[in-house]
Amino acid sequence: MSAEEPHEVHLVVNGTTYDVQVPARRLLSDALRHDLGLTGTHVGCEHGVCGACTVLLDGRPVRACLLLAVTVDGHEVTTVEGLAGPDGTLSAVQEGFRQCHGLQCGFCTPGFLTTVTAGLRENPDPTHEEAREMVAGNLCRCTGYQNIVRAVERAAELGREQA
Amino acid sequence: MTTRLTGAPVQRTEDRRLLTGAGRFVDDVQVGPQTLHAAVLRSPHAHARIVDIDVDAVLDLEGVHLVWTHEDLAGVSAPLAEPLPLLIPHPALTHGRTQHALARDEVNHVGEAVAFVVADDRYVAEDAVARIRVTWEVLEPVVGLEQARAGERLVHDDVPGNVGARLEQGTADAEQMAAALEAAPHRLALDLEVERSACTPLEGRGTVARWDPDSDRLQVWTSTQTSTGVRAAVAARLGLDLGQVDVITPDVGGGFGVKINHPWPEELLVPAAARVLGRVVKFTEDRREHFVSSAHERGQLQHVEVGFDDEGRLLALDVEFWHDHGAYTPYGLIVPIITSTQLLGPYKPQLYRVVFESLYTNTTMVTPYRGAGRPQGCYAMERTMDAIAAHLGRDRTEVRAANFIQPDEFPYDQGLVFQDGRELEYDSGDYPALLEKAKALVGWDEFETFRAEMAAEGRRVGIGLACYVEGTGVGPYEGAHVHVETSGKVKVATGLTTQGQGHQTVFAQLVADELGCRFEDVEVVTGDTRRMPYAVGTFASRAAVMSGSAIHLAAKRTKEKALRIAADALEADEADLEIVEGSVRVKGSPGSAIDLGTVAVLSNPLRYAFDEASKAATQFSVGDPGRPPVAEDDEPGLEGKDFYSPERATFASGIHAVVVETDPDTAEVTILKYAVVHDCGTLVNPMIVEGQIHGGVAQGVAGALFERMAYDESGQLLNASFMDFLMPYVTEVPDGIDIDHQETPSPLNPLGIKGAGEAGVIPSAAVFAAAIEDAEGIRVTRMPMSPSDLFHLRTDQRQEPTS
Repeated sequence: MSAEEPHEVHLVVNGTTYDVQVPARRLLSDALRHDLGLTGTHVGCEHGVCGACTVLLDGRPVRACLLLAVTVDGHEVTTVEGLAGPDGTLSAVQEGFRQCHGLQCGFCTPGFLTTVTAGLRENPDPTHEEAREMVAGNLCRCTGYQNIVRAVERAAELGREQA
Repeated sequence: MTTRLTGAPVQRTEDRRLLTGAGRFVDDVQVGPQTLHAAVLRSPHAHARIVDIDVDAVLDLEGVHLVWTHEDLAGVSAPLAEPLPLLIPHPALTHGRTQHALARDEVNHVGEAVAFVVADDRYVAEDAVARIRVTWEVLEPVVGLEQARAGERLVHDDVPGNVGARLEQGTADAEQMAAALEAAPHRLALDLEVERSACTPLEGRGTVARWDPDSDRLQVWTSTQTSTGVRAAVAARLGLDLGQVDVITPDVGGGFGVKINHPWPEELLVPAAARVLGRVVKFTEDRREHFVSSAHERGQLQHVEVGFDDEGRLLALDVEFWHDHGAYTPYGLIVPIITSTQLLGPYKPQLYRVVFESLYTNTTMVTPYRGAGRPQGCYAMERTMDAIAAHLGRDRTEVRAANFIQPDEFPYDQGLVFQDGRELEYDSGDYPALLEKAKALVGWDEFETFRAEMAAEGRRVGIGLACYVEGTGVGPYEGAHVHVETSGKVKVATGLTTQGQGHQTVFAQLVADELGCRFEDVEVVTGDTRRMPYAVGTFASRAAVMSGSAIHLAAKRTKEKALRIAADALEADEADLEIVEGSVRVKGSPGSAIDLGTVAVLSNPLRYAFDEASKAATQFSVGDPGRPPVAEDDEPGLEGKDFYSPERATFASGIHAVVVETDPDTAEVTILKYAVVHDCGTLVNPMIVEGQIHGGVAQGVAGALFERMAYDESGQLLNASFMDFLMPYVTEVPDGIDIDHQETPSPLNPLGIKGAGEAGVIPSAAVFAAAIEDAEGIRVTRMPMSPSDLFHLRTDQRQEPTS
């Protein structure tokens, strides 16, 4: 039996260009984790429901477990590793989660952070209901979401202070 | 003066890594092309005999390195072919059964491991699994408790009636109970049911192993709640000395009980393959595998008979229940034993008798899930309390108050044997005070006004309340090691694992408070057998009680040594010294001080001056030349090690209350208010405790209103995905949980701590059943309650919506 035909893919992840050889069926989540070693993106269900693998594709949140790596050739991907500043300063969203105890085990957290980052770009001043809606597509089994919603509201505050 | 950290909402030190993608979960370990990946062929049948397994089509697949069926295991290591261990044997478990690492002749549930493949990546490994051909003789399965009880079909041929265990205990025998029930002024009987749910952490199971031939050692990373247990099991089954196996538990993406069971088949197969192949091997469970091949909990049928007086006081409580333990019993009878003993909650019936049968079914096995049997017990007791109140026409809180153990009655012996084999004796508590807080927090006394206002708008609301106690901090022990480096940094190791409960922060708080070092200087390592080889694990809300106490004691020993050495160096009396901000100083004379790091230098006389610190510690500069450099009863180094082993469990307690609205048309249940009062003794970090409550309540809401394991009659789990198993999103949990704390310190440990990890989930089924019943005016005996369940219940009880 022969190995699968490899495809060359150029991925721009967190501002760095990577050239990788992947089979056509390789998931973006697996390419990020196993080929690029960016293990911050987590896989919780592999069917697009939990949202742990959410990354930003050209700035918009997508489920990395539902995309094939070959389909994002040349596109910009932002993972959780790309959210903090170059000097390591936490982004407003990361800081909001830190201050509000918005994480426990931390496994789903990267997906929440990327989702909220995109959400607050679109709506920097969400109401309480909008803050809840912003995270309503991601599953967390630890926090009961109470502090995640607070974290979104705090991140919005921090974002406005920084603006 | 340093502020005391115990009791303060200290921000978590573990968060930065997790927020920046720098966490290390098990699948993040050994990432790269050198690592091989495993996949498992799992049974598609609930009950079948294996006639033949043909792996020929796999062997020529490029990228496949190894294929094993049961036949191959004995050749790797004889014990690997034996059934997996029964971890907690109990005399009442007369017919305990465990699975093999790979099924031998028969499978007993969908998802049971049948063959194991290792390949270049998971994709190829799954291709290979798909090519294995098994010839099955399909057998009739036993699905559900009713079929198990009927005993017409058997899960295991040699287990009559599918009964794995029958256990009875109590303060009365059957005859005394019958007489007491007969004599009671009032008597009621209830038939109750709770369905299955599951822990479903976002990270499933996973194991990575590396065999190092140069040091003859095996390194295993695994997502477990019990590193030392996995280590012992791997060593035993692979024929290695304990000293040859290191188990490291990195970040764990949630456990909630399911990662307590060990070893999983893959925890043995992955290390075995790594050793045989001389390559790193990794197994990462996928979501469907987690649903069918890990573990579930909760499923029980219950029958309660109760006799009581005019005040609602329990004169005789007779409980019989049937527990569905699935296909195997690797974790023994822990879950039903907890149900049977924790059922009494904060109450003191005059007589209690409980008997349960733990039954086999051809479904995924049952091991503890957050709360571990307590939600079912609480459900039985609290449904009974509500039924008594309804029968007598009394307020539900009055009936509860009439049965409470009073604050001056502690310690209170319930006359039963608890899950740890010790007497069920409650250590401390104040239940009447909890009830007052709960009523105030939820607005119990004002509810009828609210109900009337809502009714005027055509809206239907109900209120429910449920009380619990939780035996937490069970033994046998935990240990800790505290080591002050010459830099002044303090390294702390404890053997139990962490799954997101903030242990690094909480344990550092305890060390900083006791040792007097800076909080920022403390680094805590958990679940690494190289750092602390003696440990039990993280479950039963025991981490803060057990490891917290051990860490406190170890820090105390370290402090004693630091003061002894510093007293010599400062030529002062130990009693006159204090340690503040990492500096040992003479009280009232801050100029006369010595850093803990320097004390560490002085504690270790050296021969070689390999750096500046060690230069100060050579035998030529430290100590009295008239005495040996290390005294006879001393050891070099500024360290302290200690273990904590309690006489018995501590007992946390609490009350949950909920206000719900039920939709007259759609039968949807909306949560209007959720209130929690709880008592976990001394609060170490209220922010973290509240986080635990939030998470527990969400899991409780899930179990009460959404989650169930939908098995069909052939034993297929129909909802083995997050698309179909309805785990709550933010939209399904209360928007705000009102919490009030009460602290009655435990007399059993030096810090007065009781566990808090599971409390949030224990009263959920009971409290929602009560509130829905109150809103609808119909009896609720079966949980969870989905909208269609409620709709059918209305129809069945002929209470059509009136709007």
